[in-house]
Amino acid sequence: MPSSSAISPSKARPGARKGSNTPEALLALYRQMLLIRRTEERLSQLFADGEVPGFIHLSIGQEAIAAGLGSVLERKDTIASTHRGHGHALAKGVDLNGFFQEVMGRETGVCKGRGGSMHVADMSAGMLGANGIVGAGMPIAVGSALAHQVRKTGGVGVVFFGDGALAEGVLHESLNLSALWKLPVLFVCENNGWSEFSPTSKQFVAPLGKLADAFGIPAETIDGNDVEIVADTAGRLVSEIRKGGGPRVLECITQRVRGHYEGDAQKYRDPAELKDRDKIDPLPRAASRLSVLGVSDAVLAALETEIMAEIDAATEAARAAPLPEFVAAQADVYTPAGV
Amino acid sequence: MAELRYVRALNQALSDAMAEDPSVIVFGEDIAAAGGPFGVTRGLLEAYGEDRVRDTPISEATIVGAAVGAAMTGLKPVVEIMFMDFVAIAMDAIVNQAAKARFMFGGQGSVPMVVRLPHGGGVSAGPQHSQCLEAWFAHIPGLKVVCPASVADAYGLMRAAIDDPDPVIMVENKALYARKEDVPDDLPAVEIGKARIARPGRDATIVTYGAALYTALEAADTLAGEGVEVEVIDLRSLQPWDEAAVLESLSRTHRLVVAHEAVEAFGIGAEIAARMADIGFDELDGPIIRVGAPFMPVPFAKTLEQGYLPDAGRVADAVRKTLA
Ligand SMILES: Cc1ncc(C[n+]2csc(CCOP(=O)(O)OP(=O)(O)O)c2C)c(N)n1
Ligand SMILES: [Mg+2]
Repeated sequence: MPSSSAISPSKARPGARKGSNTPEALLALYRQMLLIRRTEERLSQLFADGEVPGFIHLSIGQEAIAAGLGSVLERKDTIASTHRGHGHALAKGVDLNGFFQEVMGRETGVCKGRGGSMHVADMSAGMLGANGIVGAGMPIAVGSALAHQVRKTGGVGVVFFGDGALAEGVLHESLNLSALWKLPVLFVCENNGWSEFSPTSKQFVAPLGKLADAFGIPAETIDGNDVEIVADTAGRLVSEIRKGGGPRVLECITQRVRGHYEGDAQKYRDPAELKDRDKIDPLPRAASRLSVLGVSDAVLAALETEIMAEIDAATEAARAAPLPEFVAAQADVYTPAGV
Repeated sequence: MAELRYVRALNQALSDAMAEDPSVIVFGEDIAAAGGPFGVTRGLLEAYGEDRVRDTPISEATIVGAAVGAAMTGLKPVVEIMFMDFVAIAMDAIVNQAAKARFMFGGQGSVPMVVRLPHGGGVSAGPQHSQCLEAWFAHIPGLKVVCPASVADAYGLMRAAIDDPDPVIMVENKALYARKEDVPDDLPAVEIGKARIARPGRDATIVTYGAALYTALEAADTLAGEGVEVEVIDLRSLQPWDEAAVLESLSRTHRLVVAHEAVEAFGIGAEIAARMADIGFDELDGPIIRVGAPFMPVPFAKTLEQGYLPDAGRVADAVRKTLA
């Protein structure tokens, strides 16, 4: 990022952020959130049209967490994600084209079309995978933190997980082991109030902060829909972890805007819950902050145009990309000899 | 006679069992207020109340572990693991606890519980939401494993599983939930361990179970057009399995194919083939051929999953091969 106040809608790159209160930094965060939002809106459409197979879980309304974390992580850092992981992948620097091609089941997708939305992974970007198993990312991130520690990479492991995953045994095991071994790992809980069709209040009784406290792990709970707060807090916690401070817990309060999966009619949910959405939606909130900081509407409009062009191009490239071939996939279950 | 869906048959069986026996309780993720992700438990909360129909947190190890404890102490729990794949988290409770308690504790008591596990692919659900892992359980002494293919058996085996004094793994293929059949109004329980001849024939036997039954029947139709009359046996129970029924059919047809959606290698078919090669050796006029999924994770992309799932063409080819 340039350090002058010249505003250009340049891309948010992991690690590129310098400080949340400069217009440039906030614009980079905004850009990342907008890219995730528009990408998922496109996926929603493609899913409805039958162009995305399987099922997909959208993170619309929760983009500030992915963008905020992504802005403070370096490429060498590693993340483990969830079934609702599109934003995490993009914010960690997974290529948009490879992403679309995966979710649309193409040979050229980041996972050669073998995993799809729930399994987007890109080891070269430190993205250890979305996950179809609730809670499974926690020990994986802990293990990657162990690798950072043993190999002295200076990197950190980050795990994203939902409030629903608090009830899985691996959370407790992962908190304990990471505290015991002082591992460089950040636990990021995206508390969106729902686990599938059940409200969090009917799922889990212990406040996460108290739980972390029991293991001696410092924890913070923040407004996960304020991207500046997320980026600032994450930046501080990650730098403490990088300095050898051991694990940290960050609970981000957010809101699931869409159904659990696309096609979920949400009969179990009171529509009033989403009534004042604009006040809590991280995008309009960041946009109004940008305007206070003197960023013009024209700049935001240009950003929108630029992002839509990227997404259109990625969609078309995915449509044109080849479908995977069964025989080649079948021959690729084990590492070939000599590799 | 009335038309009934597979999912409704399961639901009815749960409801009838709960009405008859107050010790039957049901719990799992989103099974109460939301009626279950596939609707199998719909209406049970309203009918039987919060005490007996419970939503749990996402805690598979504890869902099944608690079922073991409850079953040891007077209840008959029926628990759901949303997708069979997630049962990996609960394996200790099933394999080391439920399956062994009766034997290990000298027969002091049994563990009357049912674990419901929806399995199967075909909808691009990917590697962690599509697997058929029933062979894992059939390999564990102390467990029973059933896998109904027809609507009547969905009802009958659910009733039998709940009545059974030992832990029963109830495997339900997701692709069958919407299946409709005309069934008698008063459906009976179906004895665990008994197979059923789904289509009689004289030239070859296909042994199968679950959704693969319909693949096998389709293959049998094709082969009938070629003058080959295939007998199709629906195993219904995998542990124990109806060795006598398979042997009896083999002694008439002298040719055997085993077909299932699960991975072929080390699968249910391997056990059946090995047993028949032993006790049915004198009856065999051709090789026993297995048809199952290839040895790879269930892939996501449509083109890949189509290549993965065993289809009627492959089953028919297997029959032609053993007849050749
Ligand atoms: C081990 C396991 N159990 C259950 C599921 C089914 N499932 C998928 S997402 C989900 C709810 C997760 O809630 P939360 O962790 O809060 O994440 P959110 O969907 O709200 O982002 C459930 C129960 C699963 N995928 N894996
Ligand atoms: Mg949640």
